[in-house]
Parts: sequence; structure tokens; C-alpha cells
Amino acid sequence: MDTIAFQGLIGLSLAMYLWLISAGLTIIFGVLRIVNFAHGSLFMMGAYLAFTFYGQLGLPFWLAILLSLLGVGLLGLVMERFFLRRIYSIDEAYQLLLTFGFILILDDAVKIIWGGVFKIPPIPAFLDGAWRAFGRPFPVYNAFVIAVGLLVAVLLWALFEKSWWGRIVRATASDREMANAIGVNVPRVFSGVFMFGSMLAALGGAMGTPVRVASPGIGAAMIIQAFIITVIGGLGNLKGAFVSSLMVGILSAYGTLFFPVFELFFIFVIMVVVLLVRPQGLFAR
Amino acid sequence: MVLILVVLPSLAGRYSLYLVIQILILSVFSLGFNLLFGYTGLLSFGQAGFFAVGAYACAKILLAVPNLFLGLLGGVVIAAAAALLLGFLSVRHTRIYFSMLTLAFGMMIYSIAWKWRDFTGGDDGLVGIPRAPLAIPGLPALSVASMERYYYVVLVVSLLAIWLMYRLVNSPLGLALQAIRDSESRAEFAGIAVRTYRLVAFTIAGLYAGLAGALLPPLENTVTPPIAHWSTSAEPVLATLLGGIHVFGGPIVGAFLFFMIKDVIVRFTEYWLIWLGVIVVALVMGFRGGVVSMFARRAARAEAASDR
Repeated sequence: MDTIAFQGLIGLSLAMYLWLISAGLTIIFGVLRIVNFAHGSLFMMGAYLAFTFYGQLGLPFWLAILLSLLGVGLLGLVMERFFLRRIYSIDEAYQLLLTFGFILILDDAVKIIWGGVFKIPPIPAFLDGAWRAFGRPFPVYNAFVIAVGLLVAVLLWALFEKSWWGRIVRATASDREMANAIGVNVPRVFSGVFMFGSMLAALGGAMGTPVRVASPGIGAAMIIQAFIITVIGGLGNLKGAFVSSLMVGILSAYGTLFFPVFELFFIFVIMVVVLLVRPQGLFAR
Repeated sequence: MVLILVVLPSLAGRYSLYLVIQILILSVFSLGFNLLFGYTGLLSFGQAGFFAVGAYACAKILLAVPNLFLGLLGGVVIAAAAALLLGFLSVRHTRIYFSMLTLAFGMMIYSIAWKWRDFTGGDDGLVGIPRAPLAIPGLPALSVASMERYYYVVLVVSLLAIWLMYRLVNSPLGLALQAIRDSESRAEFAGIAVRTYRLVAFTIAGLYAGLAGALLPPLENTVTPPIAHWSTSAEPVLATLLGGIHVFGGPIVGAFLFFMIKDVIVRFTEYWLIWLGVIVVALVMGFRGGVVSMFARRAARAEAASDR
């Protein structure tokens, strides 16, 4: 019994990384109608930048995370402003291909800059250690990740539902021409949303550095997970992304415990079934 | 061109032959992909799944019955059957949902190759696959153990596949597919059973992926799960994009360029993918027609200028 509850906690902290990366992906799709294949690579860039600022330059952990968010946000801005914006009008297959080109560039750039080996900086002292939960030591850092993930969920909800900025973005998402007609600067909203989504991915990556390794392969691994989650939750559905992150995170924590062999296969089966039966996502109204 | 390919073994060394075999395999793989993408308008990100089905099926057969003919035939048939089955489900969607669905199916096959240890050998893959003799029923068995002999097998099979595809895209079926790509509703009004045609295109694309995959294990003597991964699905996508999607020969030229780029850049730096990425970005931003139509357009312009 304790094992099950404890594994649920582990799954919850895993779910938060998934949530941070899929939130950005689904927001970008919801507003720009672009599936950003390179979103996993932005997660990876967040991880490596955090490693540099925190692990190599020795800056305070908080500042390192903030700086990596800004760095990746800038990268996202460049990707949108100078590349994606020029091809919104053509077949969406090309947008997919363009972001695929970014994956190739970013993944190799990381190898050139940081080398092909894994990087793990130490856990910051104030987050080190463990609490006892269900008779086992539960790392404080995991609790911190859960707290940040939940905080981001609340902030996003407030931002989109309650703020002026959120209303503008929602209006643009539901009808970009109408938004344009009433005076919304649509290109600027697009840039802003893409940048914001990139920063969410970077937050996930940056937070993961001290416990999950920063390696050149994490981008490719994370993007597949994020695709699964955003599809299950419904492309462009933020609430759906949150719920399905929890689902997939907790499920894979139990999966590795009870049926490690078929965990991966099983998750893809869920994705396929959702796409076939409810392509608008499990949690669409 | 074909003549050069025929006399190649007497001119080139083993490494060049190996490279040309790889180019031919990717050409067949990409031609199938482009029937789906360039001709039918469906971007699949799961073709590596069928490539792997072909490769694993061929490898399993060769390990049990050492006959290359059976291996290739089995690989093709099983991959086509898998494509028919998964295609039936995939063509319910188009555009991004189709791409996502094929990606998921491809990764399902990847996870089977990776995890079903007893059958696929898990992450070690299948090893010791023989380059077994080619024994077509009714004909004497032909040993293809040497690189030159195997090169000729791949050459004949690929040329045949290319010729058949050429016939296909210029047949009424090919024209119907292009009509669907250009306007689904117009094609429907013209009486084309859109979904059935898409399924046919999907199955043929899977068959070509399976054939390409089946040609690989006798060359490498092993098969491992990464060939089913989505990054392998990207190879025909890149090759087709490089060569050009709206020209028949685009994927073939693209496959050649893909390996040339790789071969040239790898001599200078191990980081060749970053340059491939730069090329992809440049192609998407500026030259969506690919290399072939770029030259075709230039030639047409030069001709128009000389007419004046």
C-alpha cells in the first residue's frame, strides 16, 4: 500500500516536467496553430543553459533558472520572428519540417558547445535532503518540483482567464482575423506567445538539470512525451494538458513498477485510441 | 546513368558500392514516402515503422530459411499487410492529426522492436543475418555473398521498383491521388472514393518502405531497434525535401544528395546534422520545390530567354 502511494508521489513529480513542456507546446498550438517539433529541443536548451549558469558559473540557482528562461525565450523569439512568421501562409507540413530543421541544428549545437557527455550539477543545498513519506525518504527537490508545477498551473489559469493579456490571446486564438479587425496586433501576440511557450519548456528543462541529466538526447525524448500528452489532452487545450500530464506521469511511475516491458507501448496505444475516437482530446467539452 | 550504375563495381571500391546501396535503399524508401506526401498530400512521420517491419521480417526469414528471395518477398508482404492494417485507421485523419497518428504507430512498432526481447532480440537486435543465396523458384540458386553480387541484386530490385512507381504515378490511380491532394472535395465530387485511394497510397508507401527495409539486413548482417525510431522516419522526409516533392525523380536525387552531404561533411566534422538542419531551414524558407525543380526552373528560364 505504501509502495503504491509513494510511487504515486514519484509519478506526480515526473508529471510536473511533462506538464511544463506540454503547457508551452499546447499554448503555441492553440494560438499559432503550429506544432513545434523543436519544443523538446527548447526544453533541452533550458537544461543546458541552467547547467552553465548554475553548475559552471556558480550563479545562485534562482538566477540561473531565470537567465536560462530569458535565453531560451530569446531563441524562441528569433525562431518565430525571422523564420516561422514568413511561412504561416503555406502548407502546414512545411512548418513541421522547418521546426524539424531546428531540432537538427539545436541538437548538434548542444554537442558542439557542451560535448556529448551527460551533465549533472549538484542539487542546491537548500533543496537537498529528504522528507519521510509513506515510510520512505522522499527527496525535498521532488517536492519543490511539484510545488513549482502547481504554481505554474495556477498562474497560467489566472493569466489566461483573469488578465487583460489573457483575453487578447484567447481572442486571437479563437479568431485571428476578427482580433486583427478590432485592433489587436496579431503578429506581436504570436511572437509573445511563442516566446512564452518556449520559456515554459525551458523552465521544465532548467528545473530538471540537478536531478535528471542534461544530455543531447533529452530533446527528442521529451518531444515525444509532450506530443502524447497534448494529443490526449486535446491539441491547444491547456486544462487537458495538465490533467493528461498527471495521468501519463503517474501511469508511467506505476508502469515502471508493475509492467516495465509494455509501459511505452501502452502509452502509444492510449495516444492512438484518443486520436481515433476523440481527436479533440479526452477533456474537450 | 543506369550504365554507370551497371559498370560501377569494376570502377569503384567496396566502400563506394556500400554507399550506392545505401542511396538506392533510401531512394526506394523515399519514393514510397513521396507517393504519400508529394502526390497524395499526407505527411507521414511513421514510415520507419514499416521500414523496420520489412527489415525484421526479412531478417527473421533469413535466419530460418537462407533464401534471399523469400526474405525480400516476406519483408515486402508483411510490411504491406501492416501498412494496410494501420493505414485503414490512419487515413481517417488528414493534416496534423494524420502526422500524429502515423508518428504514434511508428513509435508503437519501435517499442515492440525494443521491448519484445524473445522475438526481436531487444536492444541487441538480431545478429548474424546471412547474405543468403537468391533462389527464385524454377531458377537455379544464385550466390550473392560478395558485395558486388549483392550490389547487383539491390540495383535490379530498386530499378524495378522505381520503374513501377513511375508507371503508377502516371496511371489513372496516380492522377486520382494528385486530384485528392489538390482538392479533396473536388475529387470527391468527381466520384473518387477519397479514403480508399488514400489507403491504397498508404499501403503502397508502406510496401516500398518494407522493401527498402528488407534490403538492409543482408547488407549490414544485423537489425537494431533505432531503424524504427521516428528519427529514421525523418530520413525519407529530408531526402524528398532536398530533391523536390513535386517531381518524380526528386526523392532519388534527394537520397543521393543526402548521402553526399553526409559523406562530405563527415570528412570535416562529426557534426554533420547541424549542416543538414541549416540546409533544411534554407530549403523550407526559400526553395520549397527542392533541387530538381530549382534547376528545371532555371533551364526553363534560359530556354525562354534564348527564344526571344
